[in-house]
Amino acid sequence: MSLNYDQAIEKYEPTLGLEVHVELNTKSKMFCGCATEFGAKPNTQTCPVCLGLPGALPVVNKKAIESTILIGLALNCSIAPYSRFARKNYFYPDMPKNFQTSQYDEPICTNGYLDVEIETDEGSKSFKIEIERVHMEEDTGKSLHVGGNTGRIHGADYSLLDYNRAGIPLVEIVTKIIPKTGKYAPQVARAYVAALRDILRGLQVSDVKMEQGSLRCDVNLSLSRVGSGKLGTRSETKNVNSLRSVERAVTGEIIRQSDRLEQGERIIQETRHFLEESGQTRPGRSKEQAEDYRYFPEPDLVPVVPDSKWIEELKKTLPEKPADRRKRLQSAWSVPDKEMAAMVNAELLDTVEQTVLLGADATKARSWWLGEISRIANDRNVFPTDLISVKDVAEIIALIAKGELTDKLARQVLEGVISGEGSPVDVITKRGLKVVSDDSQLMKAIEDAIAASPDTAERVRGGNIPAAGALIGAVMKATGGQADAAKVRELLLKHLGQ
Amino acid sequence: MSAISRDEVANLARLARIAMSDAELDHLAGEMDVILGAVARVQEVASKDVLATSHPLDVSNVVREDLVVASLSPTEALSGAPASEDQRFKVPQILGEE
Ligand SMILES: [Zn+2]
Repeated sequence: MSLNYDQAIEKYEPTLGLEVHVELNTKSKMFCGCATEFGAKPNTQTCPVCLGLPGALPVVNKKAIESTILIGLALNCSIAPYSRFARKNYFYPDMPKNFQTSQYDEPICTNGYLDVEIETDEGSKSFKIEIERVHMEEDTGKSLHVGGNTGRIHGADYSLLDYNRAGIPLVEIVTKIIPKTGKYAPQVARAYVAALRDILRGLQVSDVKMEQGSLRCDVNLSLSRVGSGKLGTRSETKNVNSLRSVERAVTGEIIRQSDRLEQGERIIQETRHFLEESGQTRPGRSKEQAEDYRYFPEPDLVPVVPDSKWIEELKKTLPEKPADRRKRLQSAWSVPDKEMAAMVNAELLDTVEQTVLLGADATKARSWWLGEISRIANDRNVFPTDLISVKDVAEIIALIAKGELTDKLARQVLEGVISGEGSPVDVITKRGLKVVSDDSQLMKAIEDAIAASPDTAERVRGGNIPAAGALIGAVMKATGGQADAAKVRELLLKHLGQ
Repeated sequence: MSAISRDEVANLARLARIAMSDAELDHLAGEMDVILGAVARVQEVASKDVLATSHPLDVSNVVREDLVVASLSPTEALSGAPASEDQRFKVPQILGEE
């Protein structure tokens, strides 16, 4: 019988392990001076070193080492005083050298941790994710498979290789096993990758664009019977390319593995591929026969021996930790926990902060970005900042603060800016959206409203203030909503002796 | 006892994609055994605080600044390729999946 997620989690305890590969944003490759630009024409960024031509000599990119040390420091790792590169030998055309230069038993950073927080029905929960190692390696080329897809060597089948990506610095960040996350395993996995991405972004060492593959996650997962204390056999799901997919891949594997176990089958140690459409995984190469990469120290590269002075200098450049920054902003803006979490989840914290830095009130900035703008962005399936610039939003908020726009008018201005009618001021001018603040013009509308409903006016004169609502409504209607309601109320009550 | 068996040599040959006849395996297993025996003698005198050598010179931290230099042109890059198509290296598909 198949178990649903809740049943599966009641019976089985998931154990996670996450491997994240991040492409560094260096200008040149790891071991040669070729450019690293994304999307360049095929094989325009290669040289004898990254093509593995005989006699070529690799030299390590200093910035790549420094970026890796920074990542290690930000993840509370120890920085190894002595670290070496190794050759990982394998035969697959994505590496022209027939090996990938990586690090094996001497990684540059070890034993760190990252605290992640998740929101649950029982309040927020914190998990300490232990980091096993952070090491340097190089990315592989891109293959384009042409022909049939029988999965066998066929005369008609061939692959086309572009080595522009081969040799781009890659950092692999591997967690220790993450036990005891229980039903929160999918959320914890997602929160970890999100927290890691925020740190990498803050360090400015990578573009961290999951959709472009500059940040990729492999999810290891095993199940064990609750209380058995034994680790199960794990599967490794490759190249999960969005935060949502990380969460779905974990959920999907928990259900798939529990299903197998329920049927009395065993879990095969294998590589699986995440299927974006269904949220399920399909098997890849089986790892039943452990892969033997015949690692050995790379003889063409010398050891990396970072002295304490170098590390101290790098430490000084570490930015504020994302978690600390969040706490600081939350208290500066007096934002409740839930709203703060919403802002972080919507990835709008930076945007709101930039808007506030341009003078906008924090609450207003938050409500515009997360409210109206996010709503339109969702409808169009784009990111809010694709619709409108921070500067324009700050300007609209400033105009509201000055009383030149009401919220209602501001929404029209927003719509105008989004549909390309120019800056907020341009839209106001073109659409004639200024607040009616000219007192004499307002007074005329107020007098008209009183004349039209003398009984109501009489009640207000008699002290029935709530009755004024109907008159205010009439004035707003007469001015096409362009009057400031507070101002109308003030003038009206004064006029009626209140 | 030999340091390396014939089966291990056969496995290494398979991993390195080197086709070897039975006679060659017999021959090489014996030779490699002699080489490994010599290495074992060296290891006997190496104390634990001696790091394994990966480079003949005692140098470290040889690095380059993150500067872009000119790459090969695609024509140059592909000039040694047995086959190419669409400015890409054309290779037989050796592993079906992925
Ligand atoms: Zn190169």
